[in-house]
Amino acid sequence: MEAWRFFKKTVNMVFIGTKAYYLWCAFLLTVIGVAVIFYVQQLNAGLIVTQMRDQVSWGLYIGNFTYLVGVAAAAVLLVIPAYIYHFDPIKEIVVLGELLAASAIIMALMFVFVDLGRPDRFWHLIPFIGSLSFPKSLLAWDVIVLNGYLVLNTIVPIYILVKIYFGAEPNKKFVIPLVLLSIPWAVGIHTVTAFLYNGLAARPFWNASILAPRFLASAFCSGPAMAIIIFQILRKTAGMKIKNEALFKISELIAYSMFINLFLLGAELFKEYYTGTIHLAPLEYLYQGLHGHHSLVPWIWSALFMNVTAFVIFLIPKTRENLLTLNIGSLFIIVGVWIEKGLGLIVPGFIPDPLGEIYEYMPNITEISISLGIWAFGLLIFTLFMRIAIPIQRGDFIHSRFMKPTSRPQYERIEP
Amino acid sequence: MENRHSRRDFIKLMSMGALAGLSLGSLSCTKAGREEFLQKHFHEMTETEKKQVIRRLEEKYLKKYGKQVQISTQPAEAGTLWGYGLDLSRCIGCRRCVYACVKENNQSRIHPQLQWIRVIRLKKGSLINLENAEHYYNPETVPEPGFMYMPVQCQQCENPPCVRVCPVNATWKDPDGIVVVDYNWCIGCRYCMAACPYKGRVFNWAEPNLPAGELNTEVHYLGNRPRMKNVVEKCTFCIQRVRQGRYPACVEVCPTGTRKFGNLLDPNSEIRYLIENKRVFRLKEDFNTDPKFYYFFSA
Ligand code: SF4
Ligand code: SF4
Repeated sequence: MEAWRFFKKTVNMVFIGTKAYYLWCAFLLTVIGVAVIFYVQQLNAGLIVTQMRDQVSWGLYIGNFTYLVGVAAAAVLLVIPAYIYHFDPIKEIVVLGELLAASAIIMALMFVFVDLGRPDRFWHLIPFIGSLSFPKSLLAWDVIVLNGYLVLNTIVPIYILVKIYFGAEPNKKFVIPLVLLSIPWAVGIHTVTAFLYNGLAARPFWNASILAPRFLASAFCSGPAMAIIIFQILRKTAGMKIKNEALFKISELIAYSMFINLFLLGAELFKEYYTGTIHLAPLEYLYQGLHGHHSLVPWIWSALFMNVTAFVIFLIPKTRENLLTLNIGSLFIIVGVWIEKGLGLIVPGFIPDPLGEIYEYMPNITEISISLGIWAFGLLIFTLFMRIAIPIQRGDFIHSRFMKPTSRPQYERIEP
Repeated sequence: MENRHSRRDFIKLMSMGALAGLSLGSLSCTKAGREEFLQKHFHEMTETEKKQVIRRLEEKYLKKYGKQVQISTQPAEAGTLWGYGLDLSRCIGCRRCVYACVKENNQSRIHPQLQWIRVIRLKKGSLINLENAEHYYNPETVPEPGFMYMPVQCQQCENPPCVRVCPVNATWKDPDGIVVVDYNWCIGCRYCMAACPYKGRVFNWAEPNLPAGELNTEVHYLGNRPRMKNVVEKCTFCIQRVRQGRYPACVEVCPTGTRKFGNLLDPNSEIRYLIENKRVFRLKEDFNTDPKFYYFFSA
């Protein structure tokens, strides 16, 4: 009975909403639809429909994958400041952070999936059924840690939400160890993903020990920046209560991380440029262009500009504590880190290739559409997660026996 | 053992059901399509299963190319470890090896054109820094004054990074030192391509374009049998030939005698003679990949 009611109400909440909600979902579904068309084409014709070639054999998909693993890691690490600084709705931040992490991981896994040439042989990756090459291959490690992380980040929020729904306090003995476990695990997924590239001697651009620390530092920028934006949206649309002070605190943390990120970048630039060996070539390609090829140059300089600007904004208390500049800074970081860690990380790894050939890669409409589709899918599931999680947490959507006749739900249109 | 196998098969069947939706149009629902989908890793197949797979593949090729193909699964012979020698002072950069290889090994001909051997042109005076290597040189006649040519193909590393990174063991080093790919097991992730320091691997970005008339019907399962789209492939020292005591096609075709081949374990082989008497070097030795491909200058 109760299950049926839960189901019915959930369906109601998901399907009935404001006009803005409908528009948002319709928009996302359209983007997803377009992506499906392109993906079917890619399946039929092969990866030739992308711009990837033997010289640059990974591109936009793997770039997005890398970026999203960072977002997923950082979303959970937000839990730490939430505890240290006693952000007001801690439980909500935990649930939100973990659901954001789960959505990001789903997107990341989808990006790997669309990059696979033979998705029909996906099962070869499943341990015991296929033949996952663990522990030799770092990609096998990544498959394991990412899926484990996904499970972890769905169990905790579901458990908390179900408990609240039944009007009970979540059992701290169960939740806290899992939340604590997800923190090193978050660091783990990002480190393993960095090692994926780092372990390739053939690609000097990635084969630098600074890669994993830089990954973490930049993730600590983009993930929290995304959280700042999402918190504000949820505050407006779903009445989530989060104080400005919490946002300001997060932005201060971003400033520190961005400092480390820029510092590590400087260390890298110094070493490569001062020694000036042949390993400088990929960096030169990225920042200056190489032998007349410079399609990434404007991108990386915009990224650098955005990251530095955001750093300054977040460093100065006055701009950090102004919602307008705060949001500009956050957007700059989201985009800046995306460039730096997406195309800016993957493509120069392949340029010049091991035999010195230069093939300039820029994603085409197929890759862009499929990527947008995955982003839209991730946003859609995150929206739906929030659609259910927030009313439960606010106490509007609870077990029938707690429904007092006086308690009016805030979503007028949700009630059938 | 038998029990374990049938349980595995059952699990596979279950997973097939679950994944059928994912595989969309890339799979047909025919019996052959189903068998292909469920096909095991080459090392896990029993002899009978291998025979079944061979029969299925031969039927498939017959349908596709109208020719009876002989697929060998001949294993490595004990006491062999293949090594290659390349005399840089003789190579004139004519690329006959490139095209002989394409023909012998059933590569896709056009759109896309796949080649396992790359001959690069280097200005005399620089050898190690390949950044100024010319990949698409195309003069009226070769050789050209002031240049030298360096053919590069898979170096059959004894310590191959490509094998280390493959997440599903779709590629491995056979006992005679040849690094092979099971085209029916490769998931097309291209991690091995990122890991190879010699550009030894190429990818079938589209369905291979191999005219039936040009099909070489003497093939090896781990070598030159026709491939499918979205899997990786590479030089195998012509596994189908060398395991039968023949030379690789590139060695045979080279008009200048640049290319040498032999068994590294045989003290009387030509390759052993070269290693002992010429000043050989291997490409990017600092990577510790331990290639079995030796470059040298005879003059
Ligand atoms: S040359 Fe490349 S493909 Fe060949 S064995 Fe070495 S790493 Fe693997
Ligand atoms: S492309 Fe194929 S052979 Fe190469 S790493 Fe991926 S699964 Fe292994």
